[in-house]
Formats: sequence, C-alpha cells, structure tokens
Amino acid sequence: MSHKTLTEKIFESHLGREPKIGEVVVVDVDFAMGQDGTSPLAIQKFYEMGGKKVLKPDKIALVIDHGAPSPNEGFSNLHKLMRDFAYEQGVRLFDIGSGICHQLIPEYGFAGPYDIIVGADSHTCTYGAVGAFSTGIGSSELAAVMLSGKLWFKIPASIRVILSGKLPTGVYSKDIVLHLARLIGADGATYKALEFDGEVIDQLSVDARFTISNMAVEVGAKAGIFPVDEKTRVWLREHGRETVKDLSIDPQAKYESTIEIDVSKLEPQIALPHRVDSVKNISEVGEVPIHQGFIGTCTNGRLEDLEIATKILEGKQIDPKVRLIVGCASKSIYLEAMKRGIIETLINAGATVIPPGCGPCVGTHAGVPSDGENVISTANRNFKGRMGNNKAFIYLASPATVAASCLTGKITDPRRYL
Amino acid sequence: MIIRGFAHKLGDDINTDYIISGKYKFKTLDMKELAQHIFEDIEPDFIKKIKPGDIIVAGKNFGCGSSREQAPLVIKNAGLSAVVASSFARIFYRNAINNGLPLVECDTSNIEDGDELEINLEEGIVKDITKGFQIKINPLPPFMMKLLQDGGLVEHFKKYGGFSIE
Repeated sequence: MSHKTLTEKIFESHLGREPKIGEVVVVDVDFAMGQDGTSPLAIQKFYEMGGKKVLKPDKIALVIDHGAPSPNEGFSNLHKLMRDFAYEQGVRLFDIGSGICHQLIPEYGFAGPYDIIVGADSHTCTYGAVGAFSTGIGSSELAAVMLSGKLWFKIPASIRVILSGKLPTGVYSKDIVLHLARLIGADGATYKALEFDGEVIDQLSVDARFTISNMAVEVGAKAGIFPVDEKTRVWLREHGRETVKDLSIDPQAKYESTIEIDVSKLEPQIALPHRVDSVKNISEVGEVPIHQGFIGTCTNGRLEDLEIATKILEGKQIDPKVRLIVGCASKSIYLEAMKRGIIETLINAGATVIPPGCGPCVGTHAGVPSDGENVISTANRNFKGRMGNNKAFIYLASPATVAASCLTGKITDPRRYL
Repeated sequence: MIIRGFAHKLGDDINTDYIISGKYKFKTLDMKELAQHIFEDIEPDFIKKIKPGDIIVAGKNFGCGSSREQAPLVIKNAGLSAVVASSFARIFYRNAINNGLPLVECDTSNIEDGDELEINLEEGIVKDITKGFQIKINPLPPFMMKLLQDGGLVEHFKKYGGFSIE
C-alpha cells in the first residue's frame, strides 16, 4: 500500500483511483454553500449559464449571515433574491438568526471525513477540522456546482504541520494559528493543503480545531485538515453523522514540507493592524489602548470561546471606555450559552450581545468603529477597513485576550486573570 | 491575445477587501456602481486615475482574503484590462479567469507606476515599452487558458454544458 496525504486519501475516495499531485480532476461535490455576500451573484450566474433546476437541492445551503438582520435596503433586496431562489429550487435556506455558515454546515451534519465541500466564502476551509476537504470558491463556481453537482480541482501538495508539546494556560488554538501565520506569512501555503499532526491535537476540542482550520486561508492554503480521532467521532455523532470513517496521517506520505511548532513555549499572540501575519508575542506589543472588543465570528464564536471569555469576565466590569460586542456563531450556541448563564454573565460584565451572524467582522453593521479607534477582535482578518472604517485599527487575538483587554482598556495578557 | 495599457503599481498582499470593500459589495449586483469604489480603502479616488485599458501591476499574493467574485468583476468594470502580479491567491485566480479577466504571473519588480506595457498571452511575454525590457510569463495551466479563451465559466458551461477539462 502506498503512502498518502489526507488530501490524496480524500480525493482517491471520490476518483476511485490514486490522484496525482498537480493534476486537474473533476469530482462530485458532497455539499456546497453560499452566503449573502456571494449567493446573489451565484444565482445570477446560474441563470446566465442557462440553469433552470438545481441538480441536487439537498446538497446545497444558502445562508443569510453577513448582514443579518438586514442593515439596509440593498441587502434586503439581495436577501429576497436568495429567499425566492431557495423556495423555488427547494434549496435549504438558513435565514437571519440561524447563525454563521461555517458553524451551521458542520452543526447540521453536512460535513464529515472524506467529504469534498465547497463554499462561496473563503473560510469554507473550516470543515477540515472534522476531516473534510473543504475550500472556498467564487460565485460562478457555486453556480456551476448547483447546475452540475461537480467542480474541478487541482490536487494540491500538502504541508504537514506538527504541533508538539503541551498548551500552556492562557494559550489557545487561536494563538497557535496566529503563530503559524507569523512563521509562514500570508502566502506561506498558497495552493497547498495544510495537514495537522502531533500530540497537541489530543489537547484540542473540536471547537478549538475549527479555529485553526478556519484560518488556513489566511496563509493562502486551500484546506486545513485534521485527522479523525475519538473527539471527532463523538462530535460528529452529536451532530447527526452516524458513520464516521477513519482518517489518519501517514508520516511516510509525500509531504512537500513539514513545519513543527512546539506550543509549550507559546505566549498569547496578537496580529497587529493591518495584516494577519504581522504577529507578535503579547509581551512585545507594549501599551495599546482598546476602544472596542469583539468576541464572535466563524473563528471564535463557539461555546468554548464564550466559556473562556466568561471565566475571565465573571463578576467583573469591563473598562467604562470600552464597548464589548459578543456574537454567537449559531442559534444553538446562543441558546446553550443562555441556558448555562454565559449570556447573563457577559451582559452583566458590560457586553452587548448581537444576533448570531458575521456583522462587525465584515463591516456591514452592528459595531463599526470610529476614526482612530483600536479594536481587539477574535476574528480572522484585520485588513484596513475590514470592520467598515479604514481609519480604525484591528488587532486579532484569542477570546481570552480580548476579554482581558476589555477589562483593562488596553491590550492585556489574559494569564493575569487565570 | 495582445493587451496594451499603462501600469498602476500596487504592493504585496493586496486583498479582495481592498479591491472592493465589504461595506459596498453586499448592497448591489451593479458592478459599474461598485467599480466607483475600487481600491478606495488604500487609495481614495483610485477610480479617477484609471484610463480604459490600464493594467494593475502588483507584488506577491494579489487577491488574497475573501472569496468575493465582485473583486475581478469590479476590476473589469473599472475599465482595467489585466492584472500582472508576481503571484496570486488561489480563489481570486480562479474567479478572475472564470470572468475572463486575464491574469499574468511574472516578476514585476522592475515595472514602475505609469510604465506602458504590452502583454502577449500566446507568446508568454510582457513588454515594458517605457523601459524597453521584456519579462517571461509563467503560463496559465491549459484548462485555465481554455476557460479564459472561452470567455469565462458561464460561456464555458454554455458551450460544453459542464466542465470540459480535456
């Protein structure tokens, strides 16, 4: 038996033969997704291509999350286009209040090991956390998938990322992936798949793995895939996936390169404006005043993230000069956080809770900063203007670091509260 | 295909948010309207500097970030004829070709803002007419060349009724 990367194994399961790295193949896509920034154009392209019926409506989901509820009439009209299309075509629509696409797709059991999933959103790579080959595409390609059920791929070479050591207190998966961006840069894995390995994986919950896979695209990667273990199996069963096949790293497979990160030595990491790979240890950042904190997004809006922040904020008050915005990644997370008293604790600490969705991260609504303000956010991007104002400055960090920074009004090491 | 125009030089890692900001792209499918805001967050009034046929020249990782297909569409609708960069991010790369926007991957370090360029896709050469040198292009993969020659993915689908990679 020959040795294969996770990517090769997944493509082999679809092709029925061994794939060659670099070859162009057309495969059946297991699931496809679009959001409200990309689906309207996909619908337009679908009709331009001569589309009449979506080939496999049960394999498509459209999600209204980037402006949910709608902040203006432009958005509203595009949402209507999506609703009408979904109704006519029998395609599943997640309307306002449902949550962020990248939480919903795995939560509803649409993602699992060996699946090939595409989404008209760059952070579709998130589902690599549960063993899928999933990647972002454009609107025309989503239209092509809706029409034909297929898409072309160039089989990427893989980079093995070995995470070794023991994760210190106050350091999380977000810090690992920010550190990876620091090491290899914003184009360090362009056209490649990242495949994660090493003893640290056992220490990471599935929620924590989603954070890492989510940011694979921030180093240019096509996918960021984790092997399947008992935690994956339990998580997938809880989310409606009964059969979960094994998917494990073969160290003898042909990896283009290997990156080793000893997490034992990591401190909390901060990405400085305006680049995701402009990352420093928190001890090197110096005094940076903070005007707004944001905990949420497809990167860090999950239950574990909210719990981490709550642990730091419980019984305390955020600095009166800081606004803290919290958005859950999905309705079910929101409900569970309410049941557990997390939402109450956060509101009592001074947080403002917004409906589940992308909102502030993409600058559409619900938390646009003013000129000259500094924002510390759990999101995945800090580009100039990303949050809707090109005169604001965005710092990226873990939920713990965001929570700690909101308490003091400046960028703060969360370890002093743990 | 021969493309001739003047260079607008940009830096490395120009992301799709910079090409067209999220605060505009969600509101409309009118690409002419969106084109008014091209590169606004990094260079206000960029649209006023563009003459039809001009060419974007950039460093590495052009088009990184969001998957928004509005990015190549806005570049086309602003009257720009091609993007020349030392490398491209993958989703933008596919989106551009899917919309018939020519992309040229080559060493751009010696091209300066305002240089007149001539791109010959068949011969695989970019000529800097102003400075009198030429650069070899890393050719498009055959299937992408076919998509570009078909005029993009919509036309490709109309022609073949699906993907035709042969």
